Amino acid sequence: MQVHLRIQRFNPEVDSKPYYEDHEVEVEPTDRVLDALNKVKWFHDGTLTYRRSCAHGVCGSDAMRINGRNRLACKVLIRDVGTNITIEPLVGFRVIRDLVVDMEPFFNAYKSVLPFLINDDPAPTTERLQSPEDRERFDDTTKCILCACCTSSCPITWTNDEFVGPAAIVNAHRFIFDSRDQGAAERLAVLNQKSGVWRCRTVFNCTEACPRGIQVTRAIEEVKRTLLTGDVS
Amino acid sequence: MASNYRGYRPPQGMVSWALHRLAGLGVLVFLLLHIVDIFAVGYGPEAFNDLLFIYRHPIFRAGEVILVAGLYYHALNGIRIILVDFWSKGWKYERQMFYAVVALFLLSFIPTAILMLRPLF
Repeated sequence: MQVHLRIQRFNPEVDSKPYYEDHEVEVEPTDRVLDALNKVKWFHDGTLTYRRSCAHGVCGSDAMRINGRNRLACKVLIRDVGTNITIEPLVGFRVIRDLVVDMEPFFNAYKSVLPFLINDDPAPTTERLQSPEDRERFDDTTKCILCACCTSSCPITWTNDEFVGPAAIVNAHRFIFDSRDQGAAERLAVLNQKSGVWRCRTVFNCTEACPRGIQVTRAIEEVKRTLLTGDVS
Repeated sequence: MASNYRGYRPPQGMVSWALHRLAGLGVLVFLLLHIVDIFAVGYGPEAFNDLLFIYRHPIFRAGEVILVAGLYYHALNGIRIILVDFWSKGWKYERQMFYAVVALFLLSFIPTAILMLRPLF
């Protein structure tokens, strides 16, 4: 089938502002939007620039706005978006070129919540064991692939550079509620600041955008309630 | 399917949030005006009554209907937000709660609007 792609282009060395470019490509309904982009890049215009790596919804490289919503181009099928497809870079980040955005602020926010195991006990000779129930507590937030679909869909991050954003909170949640971790107080202190969870206005855009189906707003609300009650369980 | 879209195509949650902000700002603007008219009481009952012509004007009456709409929506959606924040299952039903907000809004706003606009006709 023939699809019409409208892609936002921007080359900072030549263009003063972004513009849209149209392409007609032949694809199967069961192809992904990424396949259509590849057709453009391989056969129409080699200068089209976008990130992609695994192309199977795991690495989180090809997050972009597809018909106005944040999606992974490698997970969205052509038959689900129709024959007129608009592709734009993620909102709220500086565009480096075409669909590639500067993810540095995103990863700085991620690092600020200490997304690693903190445990000062002497390391055991075997694994740190955990009951299935304890593991289940934070299972949802282990699925994050750091694609930035959630953070870039959040209206608060569009206007507030300070806000850590949903992805950082999801990854803090993953450790705060892990029974093997002892760094909850440090992370909660970061998230209790003005730039932390309290900036969340429960818009639910993040939950809608997450390609991994993480209940992002739920995780943020659990962190908020933990800050109120002090109950890390 | 929406195509050629500029910006972010708002999901239902974003619509409810945008309306909440708009309603909140509208109510705030009225509050400022309200502070001014209450301030006039300080200059005696005549000064206050002289100012009331603003509120009797048909255009203002229509504006008051919009104010009531803002108040009702902001109050009802505010309850939804409180439930999302404090009820551990709130996230699961936020969409259903939004539809309930819309239904309750229409049920309360339409009769109020009829009562308010009736003297104009």
